[in-house]
Amino acid sequence: MGSSILRSATDDAASGERVRTPWSEFSRKFRRQKVAVAAGVFVVLLVVVAVAAPWIVPYNAETYFDYDALNAPPSLAHLFGVDSLGRDIFSRILMGARISLAAGFISVAAGAVIGTLLGLVAGYYEGWADRIVMRICDVLFAFPGILLAIGIVAILGGGMANVIAAVAIFSVPTFARLVRGNTLGLKHLTFVEAARSLGASDRTIVLRHILPGTISAVVVYFSLRIGTSIITAASLSFLGMGAQPPTPEWGAMLDAARSDMLVAPHEAIFPALAIFLTVLAFNLLGDGLRDALDPKIERV
Amino acid sequence: MTQYVLKRLAGLVPTLFAIGVLVFLFVHLLPGDPARLAAGPDATPETVALVRKDLGLDRPIAQQFVRFADGALHWNFGRSLSTKRAVAEEIAERFMPTFWLTVWSMAWSVVFGMAIGIASAVWRNRWPDRLGMTLAVSGISFPAFALGMVLMQVFAVDLGWVPAVGNDSWRGYVLPSLTLGAAVAAIMARFTRSSFVDILGEDFVRTARAKGLDERRVVIKHAMRNALIPVVTMMGLQFGFLLGGSIVVEKVFNWPGLGRLLVDAVDMRDYPVIQALVLLFSLEFIVINLAVDVLYGLINPAIRYR
Repeated sequence: MGSSILRSATDDAASGERVRTPWSEFSRKFRRQKVAVAAGVFVVLLVVVAVAAPWIVPYNAETYFDYDALNAPPSLAHLFGVDSLGRDIFSRILMGARISLAAGFISVAAGAVIGTLLGLVAGYYEGWADRIVMRICDVLFAFPGILLAIGIVAILGGGMANVIAAVAIFSVPTFARLVRGNTLGLKHLTFVEAARSLGASDRTIVLRHILPGTISAVVVYFSLRIGTSIITAASLSFLGMGAQPPTPEWGAMLDAARSDMLVAPHEAIFPALAIFLTVLAFNLLGDGLRDALDPKIERV
Repeated sequence: MTQYVLKRLAGLVPTLFAIGVLVFLFVHLLPGDPARLAAGPDATPETVALVRKDLGLDRPIAQQFVRFADGALHWNFGRSLSTKRAVAEEIAERFMPTFWLTVWSMAWSVVFGMAIGIASAVWRNRWPDRLGMTLAVSGISFPAFALGMVLMQVFAVDLGWVPAVGNDSWRGYVLPSLTLGAAVAAIMARFTRSSFVDILGEDFVRTARAKGLDERRVVIKHAMRNALIPVVTMMGLQFGFLLGGSIVVEKVFNWPGLGRLLVDAVDMRDYPVIQALVLLFSLEFIVINLAVDVLYGLINPAIRYR
């Protein structure tokens, strides 16, 4: 593959076109996928809305109560209607975006960083370091994800911070295995041997030469895991173990809406749609990134 | 083969030991005094001391672990703190509803998921593929508890076709198993499609076509056998997902299973029940993974056990 990129680069340079770098190659492939680009735009919009939420919400999400409009359906004054306590659902959804995005992003980022480091160490040194890391992964994998999270919440108590810690912990083994596998494949390649024969330290070899080779797989998993993590965090809140009332967390809002399904179905519809569209966007973005970066990465 | 299974079983021992230690330590990681938790909030210091002695919490930690491990091996986890009944009894009562829920979910989701995946691969980039994959990506993006609430509202409350709660007849299983299986069906569809697309591009498939076989025989006889090998592995992995998912779905449908028992136990800080359930879930997960590995070897002659 290296030689073909080199050849096309020289061809392009000779014909006066721009040189193809891995980045331009990626952006060319990615831009062809309309759905993934749309999902990416949606994710960016969501992030903007989440950041700006405190300044753009029409009503305070937790302290504003309209007692004359309990369970009122959507209207111009309340775009998504009013919940059973008189709170504006639109404002709560916007503020909830902050919580869900932060939960998804922080937990997966923490899991990815720790997992990648462990995977690099395990794959590069093998031996006892590898055995220890893989054994820990086996144990973590032996618990279905949400069960591990429930166990951690049972110990540490409920609340969003603990949920994020729990989701981060069970993201670690996924990344560790992925990066370890890539590292094992990369470390015997010629360019790594060349670096070593030039006297590069282990640290330089791992960080400068092997890590970049594992990044594309990590990026794809990152996007796909965020969707899963948002669902897990919302599920725990739905079970009453995550965000506590009156926090406008989407899963907790759905749980609260269960008793009002007959009189006010909009209380459930909007949080459900919010979770669905957010997770869908991250999944479509992840699929697009995978197709653009490396079609061989399989989704697990 | 037998040797391989034995070797794998032996390999499980350290993992099981580590899980056992974690589950045991769980009680000691809990904030607060487990003896006080067990005795109840109104207990006098004397009662707490009595309970501590009774549960063996006053002994050195190594002895406590031996006692715990011995109990676990004999399926004895003490008594539930909230109902005062034996934990093993509580679990036995709740086991079958969860078991059948998982089995039914798995059954429909594998059949539908694979059918969608195969159709998508055969009519790649045409409308069955687009429809199938749109459904699939929606399936992995829609949280189970929201899907359960929607299905319950539409089919149980509005249309009245099936009961919303209860597991007395097969009709009670319809909505919970649909809810629990949806994500698995979606994952199976995506995975089957990618596996099939790879296989349909292989030389032996081209040969089969070149010798004039009709497409149906090519797909069913030549492609299916080879494409399904990785799909079986995937199926096994999804069992773990179902075990976890059942916890959420059981809450939505008020299902009398293990998942709800766990949620209630966490609410009540009923740690003997939590310990037993975490151990049980992990054990199931490990056994299923082992079974899948063995099955994988049986259907894939390319794998030779060393």
